[in-house]
Amino acid sequence: MTRFRCAIHIVPRRGILDPQGKAVSDALHSLGFAAVGDVRVGRHVVVDTDAESAEAAREAVKAMCEKLLANPVTEDYEIASVERA
Amino acid sequence: MKAGIVRFPGSNCDEDAYHAVADILGQEAVYLWHKDHDLQGVDLVILPGGFSYGDYLRAGAIARFSPIMQEVVQHAKRGGLVLGICNGFQIACEAGLLPGALLRNDTLRFVSAPVSLRVDSIATRFSSQYHVGQIISIPVAHGDGRYTADGDTLARLEGEGHVVFRYVDAAGEPTNAANPNGSLRNIAGIVNDAGNVLGMMPHPERAMESALGSTDGLPLFKSILDTMLGGVPA
Repeated sequence: MTRFRCAIHIVPRRGILDPQGKAVSDALHSLGFAAVGDVRVGRHVVVDTDAESAEAAREAVKAMCEKLLANPVTEDYEIASVERA
Repeated sequence: MKAGIVRFPGSNCDEDAYHAVADILGQEAVYLWHKDHDLQGVDLVILPGGFSYGDYLRAGAIARFSPIMQEVVQHAKRGGLVLGICNGFQIACEAGLLPGALLRNDTLRFVSAPVSLRVDSIATRFSSQYHVGQIISIPVAHGDGRYTADGDTLARLEGEGHVVFRYVDAAGEPTNAANPNGSLRNIAGIVNDAGNVLGMMPHPERAMESALGSTDGLPLFKSILDTMLGGVPA
């Protein structure tokens, strides 16, 4: 078994109001970043897990996302990286 | 009637719910510990308000995997009554007992205030003692109360009469100004398809005595009692 460090992005699904993202977007506009469009604020989760391979670690993290880490009703997730810890 | 009030680490409305059932309704009430598997033969499970497991990750996300919740889900599948209040509503949604999810208030502020609700359905085991269109005052106290579901789910809730309570103004209109959290369709409380699980963000257990400003929560508990006494299978 090898230990892998897996990074996951979880963000509010598009089409669902994200008041935090809107507040940040408004603040960026008031700071002069006029080019900014939609902003969504989510979570970044880093999970260390033992697995036989990077592929197995990715599969395990996918199951974790679907069962607990992301809400399937309101959030999308992306496994950003799986690397040897 | 015997009611069980689940205590999670971080529950803080458990004693209010106990008081409502035991002292005001005069019925048997027991606490159910989150690590236990025994529902102690209760007819009604109350998932109380609070911040179970610190609301870590998402409100209710971790509580749903507690040992007692596996029993609560089985109880609900058998047709047993479940009342989820505030954090309990969030937990019920996370556990799949109710459709949708509760997200951060659109104002990004915690809101603690009495609100006006309109009773939109009395054909449930939780609301038979109200009348349709009745406007009641019940307090809310939450930071994550924005009810959200996809369009199909909302259409089904509306079509089946499963929206029980809605945030309204003094005239009974579901306006944006009367909506404390940005809930879609001003939804404050819903029942599941089978009609045995009610989730609501407002706190009926805090509106049981005139000394506390409102008795508008009392008919909800009386409706449940009436259901039980009426012999509807638990």
